[in-house]
Amino acid sequence: MGQTCKTFFCTSSRVITSLALVVGSLAAAHTAIAQDTPLISGGVGFFTITNGGRTTYIPVLAPVLAAPLGPRLLVESRATILDSFSPKRGGQSGYTSNSFLGLSYLQLDYLANPHATVVAGEFLTPFGTYNERLSPIWIGNFVDAPLTFGLGTMGTGSSVGGMLRGSAVSTENVSLDYAAYYSAASTNEQFNAERATGGRVEMYLPQKRFELGASYGRVLQGRHSNFVGMHLWWQPAESPLKFRAEYAHGEHSSGYWMEADYRLSHFGGTESPIGRLEPVFRWQQVFRASPDSTDGLPSADTNRVDFGLDYHLPHEVRINTSYSRQLSSSGNRNVWQTGIVYRFLFPTWKGK
Amino acid sequence: MMKHWTLLTLGVVYLATLPLISQDSNSSAKPPVKPRVTVSANRNESPDGNGERKFQQNCSRCHQAPEGFPPRISGTIVRHMRVRASLSAQDERDILRFLNP
Repeated sequence: MGQTCKTFFCTSSRVITSLALVVGSLAAAHTAIAQDTPLISGGVGFFTITNGGRTTYIPVLAPVLAAPLGPRLLVESRATILDSFSPKRGGQSGYTSNSFLGLSYLQLDYLANPHATVVAGEFLTPFGTYNERLSPIWIGNFVDAPLTFGLGTMGTGSSVGGMLRGSAVSTENVSLDYAAYYSAASTNEQFNAERATGGRVEMYLPQKRFELGASYGRVLQGRHSNFVGMHLWWQPAESPLKFRAEYAHGEHSSGYWMEADYRLSHFGGTESPIGRLEPVFRWQQVFRASPDSTDGLPSADTNRVDFGLDYHLPHEVRINTSYSRQLSSSGNRNVWQTGIVYRFLFPTWKGK
Repeated sequence: MMKHWTLLTLGVVYLATLPLISQDSNSSAKPPVKPRVTVSANRNESPDGNGERKFQQNCSRCHQAPEGFPPRISGTIVRHMRVRASLSAQDERDILRFLNP
């Protein structure tokens, strides 16, 4: 009996120890996944655009969802909900309004290995840099996109299909990134896309903060036209200067934009009244080779210069202002833009 | 001897479940100060310079760092940015360690 009792206690002790290990593992797993709580982020803003004397008021909500599913999967989505209000033409009183609700992307990411991620669903077309990096309203320096945005982004800026992307090489001195995609044709209202393929490669020198990349896109329906693009980003180390430039060429038009911004953080730091200011400058040119009403570019050769002044308020609020002068054979015009954007970021549920 | 092992085992179980218990008590007690990751405040706490350097070299190129966020979404943020910015797995780990030293 004493031996049995001893064995029982030993067995009980082993069971409890095993239980402790299991609970410990669960607790450790809980700790590990505690950083992977799904989040909701995005921006809410109000913009005004006065183009050629006509003002449009645009309240916008752009929420982002990111939800990890286990250690290798991630669901991501960004939506845009906006209303635009403009005074009625012809001396009539009141406003006309247009509503828009759409998904910019809704994708499932599979982290296949340290250098490759497989993406399926609706995703932002990887051409140039503006569409993927600068189009969120809480990131872009100007209210509107560059004039050449329509080149290579396949009409809507989104593609529906599959994409392979990742970092092929990443060292202290150089990083080589890539993205290749195939998109099916879709006429669904929320997942509108053209049948297309393309990709982008870029070389980034982290210590120089210098990036050079090339993009290619081919529409596989209709006229089967090609698009090529180049981009250059430079952000000198220890300097608040940022310089970005893109060139894109399509069958009927081509163009480029160059943008520089300089946060005045040398004047008392980024949180001082002056250090929160960020002057921005953008120069754009569009060359029209032949008429094309579908590419979204101006119908004639156009030069445009944008002078902007952004102010970064506390609590993730930013004010954007800019004046643009657009010169074209179809008519010169002034464009005034203002906006205020609040960026939010929080977990989907309460917890530790 | 058995009592000693039993107590030790119970102690291990208690320690292992402490995070879960503390989470429940936190959610009901509403602590006055919630933990938040503040990127600027953590810069000097990084165990090595890799995470901070990679954060500066990659994330700050496009956008301002958030003023702060709860630690429990830091992994989601970095994984989201791994896909968006084509970061390598090593870069993802280094930046996550920088955000949660």
